[in-house]
Formats: sequence, C-alpha cells, structure tokens
Amino acid sequence: MAAPLTLLLIVAVTIRAALYRSSLADLISERVEVVSPLTAWKRVVEGLALLDLGVSPYSGDVFHETPLIIYLFHFLVDYAEITFMLADVITAVALYLTVKEYNKQVFRKQKYALEADRYPLDCLELIRSPKEMFYIPLKVAMFYLLNPFTILSCVAKSTCGLNNAVLSLFILSTVKGNVLLSAIFLSLATYQSIYPLTLCASALLYLMQRQYIPVNFRRASFWWFIVQYAFILSVPDLTPNIGLFWYFFAEMFEHFRLFFLCVFQINVFFYTIPLSIKLKEHPVFLIFMQLAVISIFKSYPTVGDIALYMAFLPVWSHLHRCE
Amino acid sequence: MAVHGCSYSALLLIICSVSVFIVTDSQDTTLSGGHHAAAIEDNPQAATEAAGKTSEEPAVEERSWEATEVEEATLHEAAADKQDTPAPETEAPSPVPQPKDDFQEELVIRPLHSGDIYASFQFRTLWETDFMSGNKVSHYRLFPKSLGQVISKFSVRELHISFTQGYWRTMQWGQPFQPAPPGAELWVWFQDSVTDVDGTWKELTNVLSGIFCASLNFIDSTNTVQPSASFKPLGIGNVTDHRFLRYATLPREIVCTENLTPWKKLLPCGSKAGLTVLLKSEKLFHSSFHSQAVHIRPVCQDWQCKTTSWELRQTLNVVFDLHTSGQGKREWSLFKMFSRTLTEACPLASSSKIYIDITDDPQGELFELSPATPLLSQAMVLGDRRTFSVYDLTQPVTFGTVRSLNPLIRWKSSEGDMLRPLLHAERYVAGYGLQTGEIHTLMYNNHPYRSFPVLLLDTVPWYLRLYIHTLTVTSKGKDNKPSYIHYQPSKDRLRPHLLEMLVQLPPNSVTEVTVQFERALLKWTEYTPDPNHGFYVGSSVISSLVPSIVAMDTNITMDRPLFSSFFPCKEESSFFVRVYTEPLLVNLPTPDFSMPYNVICLTCTVVAVGYGSLYNLLTRSFQIEEPSPGLAKRLANIIRRMRGVPPL
Repeated sequence: MAAPLTLLLIVAVTIRAALYRSSLADLISERVEVVSPLTAWKRVVEGLALLDLGVSPYSGDVFHETPLIIYLFHFLVDYAEITFMLADVITAVALYLTVKEYNKQVFRKQKYALEADRYPLDCLELIRSPKEMFYIPLKVAMFYLLNPFTILSCVAKSTCGLNNAVLSLFILSTVKGNVLLSAIFLSLATYQSIYPLTLCASALLYLMQRQYIPVNFRRASFWWFIVQYAFILSVPDLTPNIGLFWYFFAEMFEHFRLFFLCVFQINVFFYTIPLSIKLKEHPVFLIFMQLAVISIFKSYPTVGDIALYMAFLPVWSHLHRCE
Repeated sequence: MAVHGCSYSALLLIICSVSVFIVTDSQDTTLSGGHHAAAIEDNPQAATEAAGKTSEEPAVEERSWEATEVEEATLHEAAADKQDTPAPETEAPSPVPQPKDDFQEELVIRPLHSGDIYASFQFRTLWETDFMSGNKVSHYRLFPKSLGQVISKFSVRELHISFTQGYWRTMQWGQPFQPAPPGAELWVWFQDSVTDVDGTWKELTNVLSGIFCASLNFIDSTNTVQPSASFKPLGIGNVTDHRFLRYATLPREIVCTENLTPWKKLLPCGSKAGLTVLLKSEKLFHSSFHSQAVHIRPVCQDWQCKTTSWELRQTLNVVFDLHTSGQGKREWSLFKMFSRTLTEACPLASSSKIYIDITDDPQGELFELSPATPLLSQAMVLGDRRTFSVYDLTQPVTFGTVRSLNPLIRWKSSEGDMLRPLLHAERYVAGYGLQTGEIHTLMYNNHPYRSFPVLLLDTVPWYLRLYIHTLTVTSKGKDNKPSYIHYQPSKDRLRPHLLEMLVQLPPNSVTEVTVQFERALLKWTEYTPDPNHGFYVGSSVISSLVPSIVAMDTNITMDRPLFSSFFPCKEESSFFVRVYTEPLLVNLPTPDFSMPYNVICLTCTVVAVGYGSLYNLLTRSFQIEEPSPGLAKRLANIIRRMRGVPPL
C-alpha cells in the first residue's frame, strides 16, 4: 500500500504546486468561503509585520492567531507554501494510518462477534470483508488530498490546514491508544480554536474502552478550563462566511445579542453529551460526528473544516452500499 | 398737628435726597472732567463725543470713562503709525504700560489669481491672568466668560477648534493663513495636573458642543487619537508628553448660522461694532470656503518670558467665488462681499485694521484700489515678503466724509502669476468592489532643489481595517523608506487606526503613500440612516517646516500683524506649514435592512433542522411491529378467539 499512497501524495503535491504558481492563488486567498478572520494568511503576515514594527499584534483587532503560529512562521515565512503542503501530507498520512488501525480493530471485534453468533441473519450483508476494507485507507487519504475544498484551503494558505493536521494526529494517537500524545494533540487543537474541546469526551470514551474500562457516566467528574477565547466566543467580526453567525448577528437587536450568542455557542457544545451516551460503543464514529457538528455550527467555519470530516466518509461506506 | 408733622418730615426727606444727588453729581463731573482734559488736548473730536456723553445718566458716564482710557493707548499707537509708515514693526516696543487685557482685530483681503477673493478675519484677546491658580477668576472684561470657565474647569493648556465648510484648494488659492480640514476639528493639550484625560476630554467635548451649537458630542473614543509628533503645542510650554494631547475630527459636521452666532457672541463687541458687522451669514455661507476657528493658548508677554498671558484668537477665513458671489466681474468691494460697509472700529479694540494684499501689483497696473490710503506695511508671512495697504479704522479720517469705509478693488488686466505653493497634497481611494480598497496619498514638493521632511498623520476609522504590511512609500518610482513610523492598530468599536510617518520629500517630486484596507460589515444599528451615502474618513494632516525664500521673523514680541504671528517661528530659514487633504467617502457593504425577520427565521430554521435531526437520531428507538391484518382476518380472529381456537 505504500506505493499507491506515495503516488497519491505526489499527485496531490503537484496539483497544489501548480496552483501556487498560477494567478488563481491571490484570488483564492481572498475568498471569504476559504479564509476567515481567524485563519487568513494575510492576517498572519500582518501580525508578523506589526511585530517587526514593534507593536504587539494583539493590540489591534486584525490578528487572531495563537502565539505559537507567530513563532512558527517567524522562521518559516519564506517557506510558507511548503509548510502548508507538508501539513496536508501529514494529515493524509495520519488519516491513512488511523483508518488502517481502526479497520484492524473493527475486523477483530467483528470476528469475535461472528464467532459468538451475535449478529442476526439478515444483517450479514453489512458485515465488512477484508477485501473491501483493503482499499479504504487509501480512499480516505484520496478523499482528503484530492478534495477541492482541501486544495483551495491549501492554496489560500489558510491555517485551517495546520489545524486539520493537528486534529488528524490527535485522532491517530487516540486510535493507536497513546494517551500522552492524544492529550498533547488535543490540547494543541483546542489552543488554536476552542471547539475541539468537545472531542475530549469521545477520546476518553475510546481510550477507556480500549483498556476495557466500562464507562459509567455517573461516577466520573470532569473539570475543564474555560479559557476565554473572546474573539471566537463573542463573534465581533461580521465578515460574511459560510457559517450561521454573521448575518444573524448583523441584523440582531442589541438587547438580545448576548442571549442569542449564548444560544448559538451552546448549540455547538451541548451535542457532546447526548451523542456520547448514544454512541458510546462507536467512539470513532462519535469523533466523526463531533467534527461534523463543529464544522457546521462553529462561529467562523471555512471549507477546510468541511474537508476534514468529509475525508472520513469512506470508512463507513459499507453502510451506504446501493445495489 | 399730624399733618404738619408729615409735611415737615417729607420736606426734610426731599432736602436730603437732593443734597445726595448734588454731591454725587459733583464727584462724577470732577472725575470725568480730569480725564476729559487730557483727551481734549489730543483729539477734539473725542472730547466732543465724551462731553456729549457726560450730559447723560451716570451709568453711561461709567462706560465713557472706560472708553477714554483705551483711546489714550490707541492714540499713542496711531501717532506712532503716522510717523513711520513703511515698516511699523521696526519701531521699539511702546513705553506705555500694557493694559491687563487687550483686544485687536484685523481683516486681511487677498485677491487670488483665479479671480476669487480671500478674506481672513482675526480677533485676538490677550489677558494677563492665571486660570490655573487656586483663586477663581470671576471678573471678565474682554475675555469671554464661557471660555475662561472651560479653561479653568478642564485644566486646558491649549485648545484649537475649527469649523469648516468646503475644501481649501491649495493649487489655485495658495496657502491659507490658518489651515483647517473640512468639518469640525478639535485638538486640546491638557495640563499635566489632569489625572483622567479621557474623562475630561469627554466632558470638554460635550461642553464645547453646547457653547458652539455643534454636534461635537459625536466625538468619542472611536474617532479620538493621541498623535505623537504632529501636533506640538503652539503656545509656550515644554511638556511634550503626548498622553495629554487629544485630537479628533468630525468630517461630516456641517457649519451654518447656528455655529456662527455663538462664535460671534464670544467677541467683546459682539456683532455691533467694528469688523464683526461684516459677518452676516447670508453672504458668508454663500462662498466656496468658510472656516471659523477658536484658538486658545498661553503666550509670552516679553522676550524673556517672565510673564505669560492667555491669548484667545478667533479667526474666520472665507473665499468668495468670482462667479457665484462676484457675478463674473473682477471687481470686489466690502459691500459686494459682505453686503455691509464699515462705519466705526470696535471701541474696545486697541487696534483695528484692514490689510489689502498688493504684492502682486506694486506699480498699480494690475488692479486699482480705492479709496487710496497712505499707509503701507510689509510682513513676512508664509515664506514670502508681502506688501499690504493698510486702513486703520481707529482713525476717523479713514472713513472720510461719507463716514463709511468700502474699499474697492477693480482689475484692469488679468495677467500675473501666482507663487506656486511649495507643499500640497491629495488623497483618494482606489480599488473596486465592497470588500477591499486602497488609500493613496500624494504629496507634492514643488521646491526646485531643496528636499524637506514632512510628518504625515492618518486617522482611519476601525471599520476600514488597514493592513500595514501593504504600506508602500514611493518617490519618483523608487522606494522611500520613512525614518519614523508610529502605528497604533485599531480595536473594533473602540479606537481608530493611527499612522504617523516622517517622510523625506525629494525636490520637485511626487511622493505616493499607499495602504490597503478591508471593509467591515457593521451591525445594522451602527449604520447611519443613509448608509449608501458612505462613511467619511477624516483628512490626513501633513505638517512640515518648509524652506522659505526670505528670512522669517523670529522675534515673538514685536508688534506684528496678527496674521503673521499665528504660527511660532523658531528659525529664519523655514516656516511652518500644515496641509490637510480631502476627506474620503467610502462605501461599506450593507446588509439587507428590510429583512431582519427573514434572516433570523432562516438561520433559526437551519439550527432547528440540525437540532431536530440529531434529536431524532439520538432518541428514536425502533420497535418491531407486526403488520396489522386486514379486516376480514381480524373478524375471523375474533370469532376464533370466541371459539377458543388459536388465531391465524
């Protein structure tokens, strides 16, 4: 499987490099569907320029990235294109390895369940066979790399690509069972934008089940930092994007603004608990659902967020087989 | 007996009151008589006036006594003027002890090359007092009480406020005596004893809004900045901590009669006497450019600066257009400009003069000035030596036999060149669409061989997000790096962008400063009722010391005309110039104002669909249900049950 993956990577990098050299790159990096005030490359360059002028990038309202991004790009600003292409490659490889590992575990569970005769007769057609599952990791990587949304996001140099890379590494380390790495990557992802916090529940579920710890919600108590990411939470910037917030809050009366802001933000977070209860047997599917909910309901979504959860669709392709 | 007693006491009362009247009468006559004697020696006309006044009630006598005091000083000055006419500023300072407060008024008329005419009024009140000391000042004479109270209450060190309608066209009209941007501009230096400058600034703007009947209450933190280098104090003072400086401009502010009336009320003579009778709003606002300003600053009284006094200058600049006010004829007179003529000077003024600029016409062949006046004066102003014909209104001979003064300038030929202004600037917005744009500022240096540095101050509102990494400064096609950049980025809905740069302008060149911006979508309550008119961006300010052709006068205490002593001159080889660019009008993207309900419904529908689907997925449980049998089968089952047989 290494050879097709390598070929895929080469094709993807070639497409991106070709688009970087063309005149479309400037046009794409200005589109509001592809970049948001949180992820735009123009704002990263602005933050670096302010730092050169001796002014703090956070004294104004233009730069909303984390200090880690400034440190990273202080050294890498000349190699920005390579960085974003590398991020996409890392994401694809991480997703490939994730799905491969996940398939192995699913197949093992399926085998035990078959031997224990727990499946009713008429759902035998939903059982996955190794032949079908052989190409799924490659399909997932292809879905991610050749997705036009991902390509647009990479060519626009949106830092959403870096966020996706961290998220996919988090999913990989969770599926592999490495608690430390999983926690590190989740905290990095949450540091960049607060919404991946909801993935914590699903990661916990998976890791506990992997170690055969039965999940009992009534016993455990979880304490979280509530980090004030004021820009993400209070939505002061109303630039049009593909999300729900901007037009609503542009036309909202001031009196009700805070109330509806709370409603919309809670809407993102509160699906965690019901979904975790319902899907506690399928934590990876739970992660996928969480990613989808975050991408749709977050305050400044872009097409790069959509690309990440769409990449997972082939993993459950056995569920939408159509004959 | 009682009647007799009553009549006796009444008689006594009458005698007492009459004696009191006689005593006071004699006292008054002795007082005014002494002063009248002094006046009669010098000026028989004044004596007859004063004598005429003494025959009236005692209240009027008080006023005439005061007027005579001022006339004495005026007479000395007038005598000195008559003696040396060509260069009055070369005489030694007058030995007469300076009065505690002093008022001067002047009008400068400058014919412009394009046929328009520029009239600049200046009224200056000097008062030697201390507003900042503990004891409150309460006896106001020439200085207006409202402004004095503002100074002491808000601990103001310098205050400059201007209201302008129209844009000053530097290339056609030259440099103005007092530059001002379109709209309202206010900048204030506070004393260093102020602890909460922002709170004091807010109160000050509201109080000034009331005094000048202007909507200065729109000045808040979103259009106030603290420039670090462009607005140094114009009076004395060596404190340059710019934490005490605030600058704000309202480019949308309109100037009208309601602003002129309170401005005129601040003058000692109101609009009754002196040059202020010319300030009638129906003519003043029918002009190409109208700017009225108030400047308050502390100045030195002598060259050693042992005593300081407060100076209040009220200036009014107006440019009348040849075609709209002049009916196309190149012939200007006071009556044509202001529909009034002058009959007397302000009695409270120590000096009241009209200066007509005749530098372009030394031999009298370009235009003709009537009535002729023997007084001539030269002054170094705006880097050039200008010659003026002077009409002294404190001299009754100026008014002639008709007792009114109406100077008339009639052009004989329309040749002549205008001196090209050395520094001027333009600004415009480039780009297309409602998402991004570019601000271009062009600065022209017209000096043939000298380059000089300029300070550019830009205040851009927060809803135009500037990207400072796109800032480029080019002169003659090459990159020109500014030696000093002070940039303060904006905070949404809190403060605007502030960009200050020191740029060296090469000789005879155009320097272009460009910066890209992005337009923000505002909340719908933040739009004005006419959002498609656009949003105003205030003028850029370009301050510079421009090299001058003639040596400027650096002596601050010489008796100079007011127009040449507005900006302090520290060195002889250059003069201070401030140029304002045009304000910009920028369109912002607007949401659809007619459908807030539709938008809210649409968004809530999406959220509800998402929520509903997830809720269904999470809480729906499936149960297997046997299909219900047909009617015949059900009947058969009922019969079978009755019979005790198992159903079908």
